[in-house]
Amino acid sequence: MENTLPKPVSNADSQPYWQGAREGKLLIRKCSACGQLHFMPRYLCPTCWSGDLEWVEASGKGSVHSYTIIRRASDPRFAHLVPYVVALVDLQEGPRMMANVLGENALETKIGDAVSLVFEDRGDGDQLPQFKRTSV
Amino acid sequence: MKQPTSLKNKIAIVGVGESEIGRVPHMTGLGLNAQACKRALDDAGLKVSDIDGLLTAYSFTEPYFMLGSVMCEYLGIQPRFNASMVVGGGSPAIMLKHAAEAIASGQAEVILVCAGENRATGQSRDAAVSTLLAVGHPYFEQPYGGSIPGYYAMIAQRHMYKYGTTREQMASVAVNTRANALLHPNAHMKKPISMDDVLSAKPIADPLGMLDCCLLSDAGGAFIVTSAERAKDLKCKPVYLQGIGEFHTHEHLMCAPSLTEFGATESGRVAYEMAGLGPKDIDVAQLYDCFSIVPIIELEELGFVKPGEGGAFFAEGRGRVGGDLPINTHGGMLSHAHAGAAGGLFGIVEAVRQLRGGLGERQVNGAEVALVHNEGGILSSHCTIILANDKG
Ligand SMILES: [Zn+2]
Repeated sequence: MENTLPKPVSNADSQPYWQGAREGKLLIRKCSACGQLHFMPRYLCPTCWSGDLEWVEASGKGSVHSYTIIRRASDPRFAHLVPYVVALVDLQEGPRMMANVLGENALETKIGDAVSLVFEDRGDGDQLPQFKRTSV
Repeated sequence: MKQPTSLKNKIAIVGVGESEIGRVPHMTGLGLNAQACKRALDDAGLKVSDIDGLLTAYSFTEPYFMLGSVMCEYLGIQPRFNASMVVGGGSPAIMLKHAAEAIASGQAEVILVCAGENRATGQSRDAAVSTLLAVGHPYFEQPYGGSIPGYYAMIAQRHMYKYGTTREQMASVAVNTRANALLHPNAHMKKPISMDDVLSAKPIADPLGMLDCCLLSDAGGAFIVTSAERAKDLKCKPVYLQGIGEFHTHEHLMCAPSLTEFGATESGRVAYEMAGLGPKDIDVAQLYDCFSIVPIIELEELGFVKPGEGGAFFAEGRGRVGGDLPINTHGGMLSHAHAGAAGGLFGIVEAVRQLRGGLGERQVNGAEVALVHNEGGILSSHCTIILANDKG
């Protein structure tokens, strides 16, 4: 079946992020001036407004800050996937991002669960950073 | 930080109106706004030519750019003060703040504020829900298939985890709000619901079910703001602004500084300080209730109960008409109406009506001071208003 899920869309802020994903890396922004890390790439550091930023590779380890099980998809492209998990993941490095928790036991996700990075193929080489529960 | 110039007792709300509410296929979104505006004008006893300012919000169902100018054109008015504001559900309260500031500084004398859309019949339910996807971040949230209920559900999960708030406590918000709506002649929902109905409703995003989620209504609402001086000579009993404050922390949930602490604490602090009042002085509160968890959080942030005690407050029925602090006496967005920015605007309309008195069964006896809280986005933009029927 053709993959109809939304594909990543890169722009001038995020191009290296999505290119990194294609190469199997989760890249986050680090400010060279104040040292703060942040998710959601942007033109300047949201802490000190320095424009001196670098990309660093995250370890891919994190924990579930919160989650929900979507039982009615607002986006019709996801309707065939219900029920599925959407979570806020706190990366070990600090920044928080949204992702799905994938895998067989995903519906048993709980707050505080350890998760690790996986990539989901969205077609044409596009990869979406995702997480699965770290087996216990 | 410098204190804002006080707006206390400088302006009054002198007219309120709501359109037909529910499924109103014979009217457009602009028509619903216009009907509410006409009713607010009649309520105030003012003439169209008295209006010299207009503020409105946004519409997901009608394809207009510059909605404020569009609304003026539709109504046939040429004001000297106009804008369309997009601060999500926080827009109506924030529009009141801008109107108050404009009047206090002489930019305009009589400002009409309106909002609403035909969200029930102006597009299909699926289209309405899909349009709202735009609230999620286009690049870093939408690819994961979240939804507005899903984002609020994550906030609910965290509240349950941190404070032990229960599914039943959230459901009690929906049950109590519906009980209040049954006392309102124009509420969208007309049938009572039980705890079982809420718990067994179609699941949307855990822990929220269909009845924990706001309505999709056709509705428009409006109110008219003028100076306290001008208000004296009008036919209706003026309701005076005592305090107002706003605060903004993020837009997208992934960027929220916390999932348990939001901007209502700060917007409330500013409003209370301007009013010289505190939570104990409030007789009736209209809290934004797009999802059942939200009034629980707002009740806590606005200082009515301690953090973590909001759920029990609702479960004990203390927020019903006749309870300690009646909340959403019109039925809120869960049962009265939700149509774009009109949802929060009806909280203002209801606060004004409660302070004027004479609402029969749903009247909060002796109500002198009311609080309204609007929030937009995913608990992103906040505005708290304190109103009183006397200059106090
Ligand atoms: Zn920095």
